[in-house]
Formats: sequence, structure tokens, C-alpha cells
Amino acid sequence: MKHPSVFGYLAEFETPTELVEAAEKVYAEGYRKIDTYSPFPIEAASEAIGFHHSRLPLIVLIGGLTGLASAFAMQYWVSVIDYPINVGGRPFNSWPSFIIVCFELTVLFSAISAVIGMFALNGLPMPYHPVFNVQRFIDASKDGFFLVIEATDPKFDGEATGSFLKTLSPAGVWEVPY
Amino acid sequence: MSTQIQRPSEDATQAGVFPVVEPGHTFATITEKISAIIVRRGTPLWWLAGFLMAFGIMNVMLMAIGWLFYKGTGIWGVNIPVGWGFAIVNFVWWIGIGHAGTLISAILFLLKQSWRNSINRFAEAMTLFAVMCAGLFPLIHTGRPWLAAYWLFPVPLTMGVWPQFRSPLIWDVFAVSTYFTVSLLFWFVGLVPDLASLRDHAPRRWQRMIYGMLAMGWRGSARHWVRYDAAYLILAGLATPLVLSVHTVVSFDFAVSLVPGWHTTIFPPYFVAGAIYSGFAMVMILAIPIRSLYGLKDMITMRHLENSAKLMLATGLIVGYGYAVEAFMAWYGNNKFEWFLTGNRLFGPYKYFYWALLASNIVVPQVFWSKKVRTSTFCLFIISCVILVGMWLERFIIVVVSLHRDFVPSAWGHYTPTRYDWAIFIGTLGMFTTFMLLFLRTLPAISIAEMKLLLPEAEVKHVEVEHA
Repeated sequence: MKHPSVFGYLAEFETPTELVEAAEKVYAEGYRKIDTYSPFPIEAASEAIGFHHSRLPLIVLIGGLTGLASAFAMQYWVSVIDYPINVGGRPFNSWPSFIIVCFELTVLFSAISAVIGMFALNGLPMPYHPVFNVQRFIDASKDGFFLVIEATDPKFDGEATGSFLKTLSPAGVWEVPY
Repeated sequence: MSTQIQRPSEDATQAGVFPVVEPGHTFATITEKISAIIVRRGTPLWWLAGFLMAFGIMNVMLMAIGWLFYKGTGIWGVNIPVGWGFAIVNFVWWIGIGHAGTLISAILFLLKQSWRNSINRFAEAMTLFAVMCAGLFPLIHTGRPWLAAYWLFPVPLTMGVWPQFRSPLIWDVFAVSTYFTVSLLFWFVGLVPDLASLRDHAPRRWQRMIYGMLAMGWRGSARHWVRYDAAYLILAGLATPLVLSVHTVVSFDFAVSLVPGWHTTIFPPYFVAGAIYSGFAMVMILAIPIRSLYGLKDMITMRHLENSAKLMLATGLIVGYGYAVEAFMAWYGNNKFEWFLTGNRLFGPYKYFYWALLASNIVVPQVFWSKKVRTSTFCLFIISCVILVGMWLERFIIVVVSLHRDFVPSAWGHYTPTRYDWAIFIGTLGMFTTFMLLFLRTLPAISIAEMKLLLPEAEVKHVEVEHA
């Protein structure tokens, strides 16, 4: 049974350990559209909800290679094709002198792709999200550890999901409105 | 932020090692304590006084720069043979200071030195402001900054002129601008979870609005944290070779030339060591007042100060080795110009500068071998100031002393800085302090999220993997 007016159910836990234990039980129950919220990274929590890998390193690799290629292309085009000048009798394509700019632009493009890639994969910036509708959620950035089961999960069943969450001894359970 | 972080263990405390966080903190008190400084407490008097003074000094610099743009570099002390004066000395000095921030945030992160967590935020801010002060000099050093655009950067213009990519000076432009951009990204990524914390807990609506916009909707989702950690680790991995490359490239400005005193292969490693040396000295000069003025002695503990002193001792010895190798190679290389320069440093017109440099960079910091000195904030502060002066003298010796005696005695000269040289140099100190004070007033000076990782409660006690 779907609840289109509801985003899901939110449960609060007091410690990282309780959050991870609860997340494992929720995952074992068969829920997959779940997420945890914490004020600092908890590796065990992301493992408990079955999220391990990120495509970010691939994005960074592509960014870095783009930086490398464009740095060399730029220097080659400037020094060999568009503005060839004899400097100390060195060849126009003095590639050993180009290494440093290639290195710098590789790092620059990789770093920019890492940051933009991370925010893009996370769907940020996002000025609005339903979890903020629960007043208690402000503590997710202080000392609250939250678990959400989203309504789009096939196993989600309104009240039943809510009472299942209550069996995990949370500090509180709320329905998250849109 | 690695989750495999090493938390301060009880055994270490018993063995007489200072803790990284004093006991008694919880997740909530960390958020409250760090954010209260900026969103709850009013502006302290010392802040206002310091800001007015620093801002005043910065304005003297702006006037001097205005006059420079109007008259040209003739108002400076530079002339032939000393064509590189204060502008380059100050540029190298400031860039060097900027190295400690990235060393703390990237290299110590990769080495899992968790004690860095409380000093990395303001050290990164220090890096940004130091690089801004440094970057000012290449922009103004021609007195005609509007021309610098196409001298420094490959800008397509109708003139069809391009930079010369075989020159170390153009490598430097790329190294410094990449360094600034990557440091800024690293700093901002680290700030996002803390901005979210301020968005949720600041008492006033306008504060919540501003921090909320900057936080970009961060909500601490586990999926987000995985990507965040990956991005942070990648940035640390990228920044590590970058920080080592920046001062290496700066040293190429000298080492690739043929000038006696510059043309040496020891320059890259000893420039990098000297940069970290002076950077940590600046971190000390900032950390010691910040922790007492804001009452943060429980987060920036004696452990941080002592470790920084040890790092200064180590990098200082590398710098000393660099000086020794320079002198040895001048003798062993049997080049009479190099050997003349070595004698000229010791006994020439600028000999007092060189002896002062040896005293302040090599002799004085040896007192750090004593634990008593390493754990005295007064000694640390004074010796850090001495090191910064010494490192500035080192750059002065490298630039001016190498140039003032040209190959032919008829081309010899002397360099004396003018009041405009001094006004711009002192002015950058004011600019640095102004930006630092604004940062302390508006952004969390200690990383809230990373500090929480240091608490024992952050550890997940049991991990039971029973997926049905």
C-alpha cells in the first residue's frame, strides 16, 4: 500500500551503535529504500544499508586525464603551431618543460571533478528535502542518529512499518510528510 | 574523514602523552562550543581592536599599491643588478607559510594523524590567506597589473602573443593558482557539514538563512557521507603531491637559472622543508592566541602544540642540511663564482643578515629538543616568531645577496628597500590578519564533524553482519 502523501518513517537513535544495529535489522527485514543520517560519517551505517561503492573515483580519473590532455594540447599548440619561438635552441616541442603545467592541470581538473562530482552524485545543492519537515531532524547535524524507511520501498506499509520501527527501541518515530 | 581513525587511547594518556581532546565532551557540547563562538557570543573587544589595527595597516598597503600603479616600480628599491627585491622575497615567504595548512589537512590525514582534526580548519584558512598575500606580489611586481593578465596567463588576444612554456616563471603561475584553487575546494568541502550544523542550530533567522545557503542542503545521509569521504580522500591524495610541487616549482624560478647561489639541485627539497617549517611557525602564532582567547584549550591541546614543535625541529634540521650542502657544493664544484658567493654571504655587505639567519633558523630552534620548551606556550610563540623572521631573511639572502654581486665587478650594486617596499610588505601582514579575524568571526575555526570522530562514543561497538 502506497502513501503518496508521505515520504516515509523516521526513527531517531541515541548512539551510532544503536543506529547501526537498527539499520542492520531493517535491512534484514527486506527494506531497501532506507537511509541513515548522522552528524559525522559512520562507515558501518552505510554498509548496513547496503551502500558500498561510489562512482566518484571514475569521474575523477576522467577529469584528471582531461586536464592532462588539455594541458599538453595547449602547450603544444602555443609553442609549436601558433607561436613557435626559438628559445635557447631548444626544440619547439620541448616536452620535458611541459611536464609541470601538465601535472598542475591534471591535479586541478581532478580536484574540481572530485568536488563537483561528489555534490552532483549526492544531488546537492538541494534546498528542500522532506526529512527536514520533522522538527527533531535538526539534531542530525548535532548529536542525533536517524534512520528513514521511504514510502517508495515495495515493502513499505504505512502503520505496520511505523510499528516495526518502534520495536527497534528508538528514541522516537515520526511520519515524514512531504 | 576516515572512519578508521585512531582515537586517543587511554594507554597513551597514562604514558604522559597529552590528550587530543580533553575528557568530558559529548557530540552536543562540541557543536555548542564551536558554534557559540560565532553565532551566540557577541564580538569581543580584542577582536574589534585587532580588526581596526589590521584593517588600517592593510589600507596603508593599498595606498602604497595605488602609488605604485601610478608611478611604476621606480618607487621601489629594485634596480640592476638587483632586479628582484621585496616583491619576490615576500612572495616566496608567504607561499611558504601557506604550506602548513595543506600539509596538516592532506598529508597528516593520509598518515592517519587524528590529532590534526582540531587544527586543520584554521590552518587551511591560513593557507588560503597566505597564498592570497603571496599572489598579490606577482600581480603587482611589474607595477602594471593590467598587463600581467597576458604575461602570466595564456589569454587569446588579437596580438597573438602567448606565454613561453619553457620558463619556470610560467610554471609558477600554474602551480600557485592550482594550489589556491585546490586548497579552497578542500576547505569548502570540509566546511559543508559544519555549515549544515550552523544552519540547524544558529539562534537567528538571518544566520540560519546564510549558513543554509552555503550548506547547500547537506543532511548527513549515509550515502552522501560515503561519497563525501571518497571525495575528501581523493582531494587529500591530490593535495599531497601538489603541496610538495608548489615550493619545488617556486624554487625552479631560481634553480633553473645560472646565477651563482641559485643554480643548485638542493633547492627544491630545502625549499619545501623551509616552507613547512615557516608554515608551522605561523600555525603556532595563530593557535596559541586563538586557544586562550576563545577558551579552546580542551580542543587545541598541548599535544597539538608539542607535535608542531617536533615538526618544526625536524624541518628546521632539513633546512640546516640544505645550507650545509649549498656551501659544500660551492666548494666541491670548484666554480669560483659560487665560492665567491659563499664567502660573500658570510663576510659581504649583508653578512649580518646571514648570521642572523643561521642563528634564528638553525641555532635557536634547537631548544625544541627540550620537552619543557615544547610545552611552554610562551617559548613556542617567541621561537615561532624568530623562525618566521629567519625564514624571511633566508629568502632575502637568496634573492638579494645572490644578485648584488654580478659576474663582472663593474656591474656590482647594492639594494636598499624603500618605504613603499616596507609599506606593502607590512601591509600584507595587515591583510592576512584582517582576513583571519573575519574568518574566526564568521566560520567555525575547528571542524565540528571531525572533532566528533575523536570521541570514544563515535565508535560503533558491535558489528553484526547477518543479512537475510
